[in-house]
Amino acid sequence: MNYRWIRLGHHLLGYAGLVLLAMWTLLPLGWMVAVSLMPSGAASTSPVPLWPDTPTLVQYATLFAHFHMARYLANSLIISGSITLGALLLNAMAGYAFAVLRFRGREALLRLLLMALLIPIHITILPLFLMLRAMGLINSYLGVILPNLASVLGIFLMYQFMRTLPLSLIEAARMDGASEFQIFWRVALPLSRPMLASVGMLTFLGAWNDFLWPLVVLTQHTHYTLPVALANLAGEHVQDVELMMAGSVVTILPVLLLFLGLQRFYLPVLLRSGLAG
Amino acid sequence: MKRSWTELRAATWFLAPALAVVLLFLFLPALAAWMLSLTDFDLYTFAEPAALRWVGLRNYLALLQDGRFWKALQNTLIFVGLGGLLTLCLALGAALWIHQRFVRWKAFWRMVYFAPVVTSLVAVAIVWRYLLHARYGLANQALAWLGLPPIDWLGDPQWALPALILMAVWKNYGYDLLIFLAALQAIPEELYDAARMDGASVWQQLRYVTLPALRPMIALAGLITANGYLQVFAEPYVMTQGGPLDATLTLVLLLYEQGFRWWRLGYAAALAFVLFVLMLGLSWMLWRQHRS
Repeated sequence: MNYRWIRLGHHLLGYAGLVLLAMWTLLPLGWMVAVSLMPSGAASTSPVPLWPDTPTLVQYATLFAHFHMARYLANSLIISGSITLGALLLNAMAGYAFAVLRFRGREALLRLLLMALLIPIHITILPLFLMLRAMGLINSYLGVILPNLASVLGIFLMYQFMRTLPLSLIEAARMDGASEFQIFWRVALPLSRPMLASVGMLTFLGAWNDFLWPLVVLTQHTHYTLPVALANLAGEHVQDVELMMAGSVVTILPVLLLFLGLQRFYLPVLLRSGLAG
Repeated sequence: MKRSWTELRAATWFLAPALAVVLLFLFLPALAAWMLSLTDFDLYTFAEPAALRWVGLRNYLALLQDGRFWKALQNTLIFVGLGGLLTLCLALGAALWIHQRFVRWKAFWRMVYFAPVVTSLVAVAIVWRYLLHARYGLANQALAWLGLPPIDWLGDPQWALPALILMAVWKNYGYDLLIFLAALQAIPEELYDAARMDGASVWQQLRYVTLPALRPMIALAGLITANGYLQVFAEPYVMTQGGPLDATLTLVLLLYEQGFRWWRLGYAAALAFVLFVLMLGLSWMLWRQHRS
């Protein structure tokens, strides 16, 4: 009898710990949403309100009407979308070559490529800026998209997955006289759908949240992505807590929803990308 | 023989686009950065490229004599050391806690704790800036409930760096947690059975079975976390601009300022390489731990 009580106490304590940690983790996000629904000035009172008296969407309306939020949202979508589609194709093609085709120097090339995982972005941004300046791509979508069109990690993940494809199927297609590109497009790509979803998700989230490079290469607000626009806005509108929280919600919500919807694709590949990196 | 030729040709076509991107936008700039760090490239070079001079290692020497560099290095190392340790400990503790047998909805808890990882760093940094506001912040409100005096989190040079670390731990522990949970699930149940047969207590099981089995993964998570923290930038950029009194100046923030605000690209490139060497050294150390 006594033993059961101890166990119950243990379980209750266990769940209490989990709930406490969950509260600490979600509180900043919840508070962000709550404040974004308050009228201007409502959050700057003491004691700090945790929930709006009368929720209002006025901050969101202001953002879209006066602060070009629709434009930044579109910029982010265009840039992240292009990077994701382009990188998926290029990474998959390279992964296919490494996994399916046999050619001399394949192993050496792969090893060389993996070494690139060690090169951090902050090393490359200075010359990259000068390069893109010479190409006339400063403050353009292409300036953000081009350097991200392929990633070593993406290539490696596609390679690892495509290595597990049944070779007999590919040989059979070759016997039927299909060209390598047809085999890639009609056989390898459809079979790699789960990994395409994972790498696509990884790429999209990375591109959406990327900050340092867009900050450097996007010099005018016409092309700002959401994080760059938000950082800029935060400098000019320090006092407008409610407005800034609405901007944060707009920036965070799309990827958070995407993650919640597609986490079964995202989480496994994240673990493996950690191992590769 | 003919087969291998066609495959080589196909491989060339398949590899060319991705390799061109990696070569042009990764390897080439990395190499160029090294060259850049040996020049006196600055604002005037934009107007008159011909005036660019080789200065050898002078940028590196100047760096060593720059007080702000040492300050940034110190802050960054504190961030890596303290932040990395806190992140790993919290993640490990939470992972062990969730992994207890009676806990239901494990996937749900994991998802909750992981949520901050996918959020935009800039956006949550702004949120935290207000949470840590001296007068209207929730953090000081909580202190007041506990009967403690308020803290000027981001305005006090003593507290600014710890405040940023607190935020970074909140943002990142979910990632390490994910790694640890996967590693915990991979530990064979027989090990625990054997330990229990020998009369090992819960603590002894943790000490002699769980932690040794997790060691490679702890090193790996440490590697990923430390590499991220070495490059910390958005938090100080958004929350404190490196202040007050350079209390939150980090290496990448200094690099950004030198390179893209003052346009001292040669100097900034030297800084980038020092950071690169730090990263390589740390990675090598932790990788050896992971492998052993």
